[in-house]
Order: sequence, then structure tokens, then C-alpha cells
Amino acid sequence: MLRLLRRRALQAVGVTLVVSTACFVMIRTLPGDLAFRIAAGRYGYDQVDAASAEGVRAELGLDRPAWQQLLEWWAGLARLDLGTSLVTRASIADELGHALGASLHLAAVALAMGCLVGVTLGAAAAHRPGGALDKLTTLAVVGSRALPPFILGLLLILVFAVHLGVLPAAGHGQASNVALPAAALAIGLAGLFARITRDTVVQVRATEYVQFARTKGLNGRLVLTRHVLRNSGVTVVSYVGVQALILIEGVIVIESLFGWPGLGHALVHAVFWRDVPMIQATAVALALLVVVINTAVDVSTAAMDPRPRVKEVTP
Amino acid sequence: MTRPAPEPAAVALPQVASVLVPPTRRTADRPALWWAGAVTLALLVLFALLGPLIWREPIAQDLSRFLQAPTPAEPLGHDHLGRSVIARLAHATRLSLVLAILCVTVAMIAGTLTGILAAWRGRWVDTLLHGLSETLVAIPALLIVLIASAAGGGGLTMLFVGIALVQWIEYFRVVRARSGVLLAGPGVEAARLLGLGPVHVLRRHLWPELRPVLLTMASFGIGTAVLTLSTLGFVGVGVSPPTPELGLMITEAFPFYSEAPWMSLAPVLVLAATLLGLLGIRGTEARS
Repeated sequence: MLRLLRRRALQAVGVTLVVSTACFVMIRTLPGDLAFRIAAGRYGYDQVDAASAEGVRAELGLDRPAWQQLLEWWAGLARLDLGTSLVTRASIADELGHALGASLHLAAVALAMGCLVGVTLGAAAAHRPGGALDKLTTLAVVGSRALPPFILGLLLILVFAVHLGVLPAAGHGQASNVALPAAALAIGLAGLFARITRDTVVQVRATEYVQFARTKGLNGRLVLTRHVLRNSGVTVVSYVGVQALILIEGVIVIESLFGWPGLGHALVHAVFWRDVPMIQATAVALALLVVVINTAVDVSTAAMDPRPRVKEVTP
Repeated sequence: MTRPAPEPAAVALPQVASVLVPPTRRTADRPALWWAGAVTLALLVLFALLGPLIWREPIAQDLSRFLQAPTPAEPLGHDHLGRSVIARLAHATRLSLVLAILCVTVAMIAGTLTGILAAWRGRWVDTLLHGLSETLVAIPALLIVLIASAAGGGGLTMLFVGIALVQWIEYFRVVRARSGVLLAGPGVEAARLLGLGPVHVLRRHLWPELRPVLLTMASFGIGTAVLTLSTLGFVGVGVSPPTPELGLMITEAFPFYSEAPWMSLAPVLVLAATLLGLLGIRGTEARS
């Protein structure tokens, strides 16, 4: 367990350093004079002159050697001093707090929906492999996985907001706002969950211990809950870690599409305006979120499955 | 010291496993699904090759043709700036396919070479490369491409570098794991005892085993690259307008959906056809 946590901690540090350094390199290699760009972002394009650019340069310390600035950049991150937005001058820590809350809300609803629908469908399909329901779910799963999340989101907007008019297409604050973006994310997740659940349940049902439970006369419901689902759970939960990557990628796209004020929305906005401190903060937050989810998955898998085992399958 | 071989972990990843063990290829009787996929892809490639030659002007504006309905000469009509939609679509398809194939080729070569190198040399080369891949694999791919795109500022070069960088990791990890097993196996040991050099081992032992895996991964990779490019275009941080790009075209056309639905649906259709076509020829979704 300790070894596992140490590996994840190393990963977290590595991820932060890679993203942070990339952002630093980015800010140094932006085309044109950085000070001019920032001044233009702040004061508007027709208000920029050499004097205001000089002001920005002196204020942000852009005239010192690169390695000094990189060390300072890292030191700032280590102190959790995320700086201020180059564009709005607002404190990034504040904005990050709001965005993180919104993203977690969306991700949690999507994950819950996806897991519930996917596991139910998968378990039902596994009941009779090769049956009509199994074939139907396979088709649905292939379809949902072939469609990229943004097209799914557009379809949902078209159907539920434009044609039926039952759910709002964009916005934030009311409870109904989360429905469409979460559904757009959940459909893709549910597809993968359904497949894994179906395959795992079929596998577990064929094992000797399930055969034995049946032979000794346990009724079907008890076999299902006590033996099949619990043992399948280990695999399904370990897949939440794989899903985390898909989920975070989806969050970036879906938030931009639905105008959901989360991390992904903030990141895309920051990329558009080249607001590098904001890019760094949101990108690090999103990347760390993946590591955190994976750590939680590791811990809960270890808790669910008492058999000690070497995690790595390949050397 | 002998230990019983560890039993295969129950947490084996079926998804990955099905990628690693490609279905046996039988040229004689391919399923109908394969043919459907192959024909779709062939049509797309044909459209990407010939389309830009027939409809040459993807960015010429003519505002008098605002949202003009389709005609035989212009099968998809004109967009909100009076540009020919089919010309934009043809150029966008070509851009997507060319960029995707380029990314996959570069990523595959780089990943295979570094993977074999890491498995072969071991020690610090392996530690370094494996550590790097462990870090990068924890970052969502789209995030890496987004950062690269931010650094490039709407240019195609950095998008290409970003997508190739993301895909390199997969090839590296798979090739390294496979080569590690193969290099430690009895076949390579026998070859070494016979005094056969590294070129022989590469050609006769590694390549035949790696080739089918790499091909399957490449078909995944092309789909992912096309999708990544259009996703970035869709959220407005990919290829900068007026360059025609599938995702960007969907975003531009969506506000006019009620007046000119064909304008939004055409790029969606091309995107879906590409992804489904690749899915069809891969055939891993087929179940026994």
C-alpha cells in the first residue's frame, strides 16, 4: 500500500513539474513581445504603447534571465501562490476554487449516472450472453463510443433543448442545468462500464466458486449479490481509474460546449487568451484530479480485494 | 530461488488485452462489417484526394450567397460567409487525414524505437524513458495537446507535435512491455547462443510479433488524432480560422442549424464516418 501511494505521489510531483515547465516555456516562446500582448489584453488593443508595455515588463519581472524566472515560477507554485490572471488581474486561487467546485459537481453527477446506467445494463446483458438484450447493449455501446463527446452534447442540445424544449442548453445555478452536460459525459462512461461489467460478470459466473455456491443450493439472488457482483466490483472499480482520463477530457469539451463554469471552461478560455498563469493553474488542477481519482481507486480496490498481489502485469 | 509463478491478476484489463492480441487475420472470409468499414474509409480518402481538386476555393467569401441552399454544382450550398461548404469540407477532410496519418507515423516510429531501446538496454535508459512515460500517461491527452496548441498559437506544427507526443507514449509502453518479454524468452536466447546479431533478433524475433499490434494501435491512433484535432477546433483553440477544419466547421455552422441544417450535419457525418469506418476494419468490437 505504501509503495502504491509513493508511486502516486511521485506521479503527482512529476505531472505538476511537467505542466508547470511547459507553461513556463510557453510564456517565453509566445510570438511577439509578451509585455505588449499582456498590455493589450489588459487595456485593449488601441490603448497599448511602448510605455504601458514597459510598465508591464517591469511589474512582472520579464527582463531577468530565464533560469531565474523558472526557479521563481516553481517556487511560486510550491508556495501555492498561483499569481494573478494576466488578463483580468483577478487572483487565480479564487477563480480556481469556484471552477474546481463546479467541475467536481459535474464530474460526480456524470460518474454516478454513468456507473449506475452502465453497471445495470452490463449486469442485465450478462444474464443471457448472446441474447437480444446483450446484442442491443453491444450495439448501443459501440455507437456511444464511436461518437465523440461534443457531438453527443450537440445531439442532446438539439433533442432536449431545441426540439423538445424540456431542459436548458446552457447556464449554471439551477439544478436542471447539470442534466444535459452530465448526460453527455455519462453516455460515454456508461458504454465502457456496461462492457466491462458484462464481460466481468460473464467471467465470474463461469468460475468454480460460483458453480460451487450454486451446487450447494444458494438461491440465485444470493449468488448474484454475494459472489458475482462483489467479485466483479473489483474489476469495475479499478476501471474508474481508466475512466478518470476519459472523464477529465470530456469535462474540458463538455464544459466549453454548455458554458459550465468549471476548470475545463476556464482552461479553454485561458488557452484562447494565452493567459499562462491561468493555463498552468487549471491544467495542473485537472492533471492532479486524475492522480487523485486513481489513488482513491487504488485504495478502494485494495480494500475490496484482500488478496495481496503484484499490481503490475507487465515488467 | 524458485517461486510459483504469480497467478494472472484478476484485475487484468480486458480492453487493453483485446488490443494487444489482435484477431487472427484471415484474408479469405472477412466479415461484412470489415468491408463496410473499408469501403467507407476508401470513399473518404477518395473525397479527401479528389475533393480539393474539384472544389478549389475553401476560403473565398461571397456574401451575396449567404446560406444558399444546395445545388447540383455545390452539393452542400454556401455558409454564412458565402463560402462553398463542400470545398471547405473536402479541404478539412484532407487536413484531418493527412495530419492524423503523419502524427501516427511519427509517433509509431518514435515509440517503437524508444520502446525497443528501453527494453534492450535497460538500466538508466529504461528508468528515464519509463519515468517520463509514467508521468505523461497520468495527464489527460487532450490537456497535453491543449498546452501544445497554446504554445503554438493556432499553428499546425505545434498541434502536430502535441498529438504525436501524446501518441508516442502508447507505442512506447506497449513495445517496451512486449519486447521485454520477447527478449527474455527462449527464442532470443537461442538466437544469441547461435551468435546471431541484434539485426537478426530485431527482424526475426521482435518485428513479426510487434507488427500486428502496431497495426491495430495505428488504426486506433488515426481515429484519436482526427477526433483530437476536431475537438480542439470545436472549442475554438485548434487550427485558427479561416482554415477549414471539421470541428471548427461544426461550431461555425451550429448557430444556423434551423436555416441550413446540412451545413452542420455534413462535417458531423464525415467525422462519424471516419470513426465508424476505423471501428469497422478494426473489428475488435466483434464478440464471440
